[in-house]
Amino acid sequence: MLQRIVRSTIIDAPIERVWAVLRDFNSHEQWHAVVERSRIEGGEKSDRVGCVRAFTLKDGNRIREQLLTLDEREHKSTYCIVEATVPLQRYVATVTLKPVTDGGRTFWHWESTFATPPGMERELREMVAQGVYEAGFENLRRHLRTGNDLQARGTTPMPTALPLPSRRVVLRRYGGPEQLVAEDAETPAPRDGEVRIQQRAIGVNFIDVYLRRGWIPAMLPLAVAGVPGMEAAGSVLDVGPNVGGLLPGDRVAYLGPVAGAYCSVRCVPADWVVHLPAAVEDETAAALLLKGVTADYLLRDLGRVGPGTRLLVHAAAGGVGLLVCAWARRLGARVMGTVSSEEKARVAREHGCEHVIVTRDYRFADAVQRHAGGADVVIDGLGDAARDENIAALARRGHWVSLGQASGPLAAIDPDALLAKSLTFSRPVVFDYVATRAALAERADRVWAALADGSLKLPPIERHALAAAASAHERLESRRTVGALVLVA
Amino acid sequence: MIRIYVSTVIDASADTVWSRIRDFNGLPQWHPAITDSRIENGGASDRVGCIRHFHTRDGGMIRERLLALSDYEYSCSYEIIESAMGVENYVATLKLMPVTDGNRCFAEWSAEFDCAEARERELTSTIGDGVFQGGFDALKRHFSRR
Repeated sequence: MLQRIVRSTIIDAPIERVWAVLRDFNSHEQWHAVVERSRIEGGEKSDRVGCVRAFTLKDGNRIREQLLTLDEREHKSTYCIVEATVPLQRYVATVTLKPVTDGGRTFWHWESTFATPPGMERELREMVAQGVYEAGFENLRRHLRTGNDLQARGTTPMPTALPLPSRRVVLRRYGGPEQLVAEDAETPAPRDGEVRIQQRAIGVNFIDVYLRRGWIPAMLPLAVAGVPGMEAAGSVLDVGPNVGGLLPGDRVAYLGPVAGAYCSVRCVPADWVVHLPAAVEDETAAALLLKGVTADYLLRDLGRVGPGTRLLVHAAAGGVGLLVCAWARRLGARVMGTVSSEEKARVAREHGCEHVIVTRDYRFADAVQRHAGGADVVIDGLGDAARDENIAALARRGHWVSLGQASGPLAAIDPDALLAKSLTFSRPVVFDYVATRAALAERADRVWAALADGSLKLPPIERHALAAAASAHERLESRRTVGALVLVA
Repeated sequence: MIRIYVSTVIDASADTVWSRIRDFNGLPQWHPAITDSRIENGGASDRVGCIRHFHTRDGGMIRERLLALSDYEYSCSYEIIESAMGVENYVATLKLMPVTDGNRCFAEWSAEFDCAEARERELTSTIGDGVFQGGFDALKRHFSRR
């Protein structure tokens, strides 16, 4: 009679971390106490379906098992015994993981069917159910609790606990780009909840310029190390205690509300971090994460942009502007934009801006009224010099979203200035729209998906060395750049 | 195609939880968002193909057809055939799996459907957080009180 064994449990770790161990067909000698030694025959990779692992057990038994199914999407692995010194016959087993979504835990189901020689049913059932499956649950729990899964195989825990040398750019005092100076530093080991990242590309944003000028001192207090920068991409070096779902070597990008990204190695809270799809390069991620997520919340949440929405985008050839134009066009909006040169007008048009207004003196309201009868939504990075024109350009019940202030901080607005046309005014900051890891991951996934399906077109990327951050800022402030700027570490 | 997946762990055996949720006509007895339910044409609620006709607390009416019912796999699938939610091709599955090391079970509720792109977020939240997680939370409360 065919025997069937089912055992299941809940593991207090996210599915990504549990699966990283169990998907490796050759991992048992590291975590399962009954396995003395494991190797994959013929030097095959342990994720090649069809590969055979040879176990030597602690009790001296030998078992050869073949991988029949490896399913990354369903988190499932099926294998069978092809030869063994224990009399398990026609043994086929399946490991399945499922996420427990309300709490970040993992359901682990392990089942098998097999036949036995007469009279050995009970003994072999107990061996499989308790000796292998139940003991395996406990052994894997201990493996994860001690963080053994976070060390690459064959390496010692060091240098994880050691500070690592880093190159960084500090702001000596609030002011012009010349206040940004490169220096050598050390990055300490990641603390509780943190990951340490080897950064390869760092995004440059207008908020970095505002911080450098001292406009938002709370976000970059110079009493501490004044390192600007809100986003970067690279790979995980090591992780601190209580971090789930991130492993050394993972390609990642991050975005967070505390400055400090202008460096080569940085520790950040794991909650800021998203995995990068293989198709997204480091420089693309650094150029797009903050700006793409900004475009996402501007269009989807704040602007509620859809078919027929009359949208006016200032700095339409800038890093955020190009993304907003392309995505809004895909959503069916009528996209108008302002730029400061014919060259930028050409790029903005290529990215979906249908009606481009070239202006160097912040005059555009007449053109917007003539073309579309006003704008339903204005995405404004210009600031004070354009305030009256923005109000004049808006249609009835229009929405003015003040994203930035390249021309200078906005002076106070009289509420009655909005009354004449029932206007609304928003002053958002991206970090409130990505306040949880899930929210950030959801928005980032939409950006990568939009890039993959052509809704977003990759803007031109201008690269500068990390040590040349000052010249990158000069370029950004000169209004001569098109697209996004990144620092390469 | 939108896919929603919500799962949890409930502190009661799969048999016990299944006996509470198995009745396709029994939503009002355990789900806080449902006020009343009937099986159309007076049929049995475990006849595959039967249609439940129920109302939500906010007054909405929904008709759903039972597509699959398995007492062996603790699983039930159904489709929406009429509602004002603005979804199409909506098929959902509610399933339990025993957790053998302890008196508890793993529960998952998933759905696939099409809708207007502008409503994806709202519907994902209404169905995933409101209906599915809301139902699980009620079951967890019920079985933790005993």
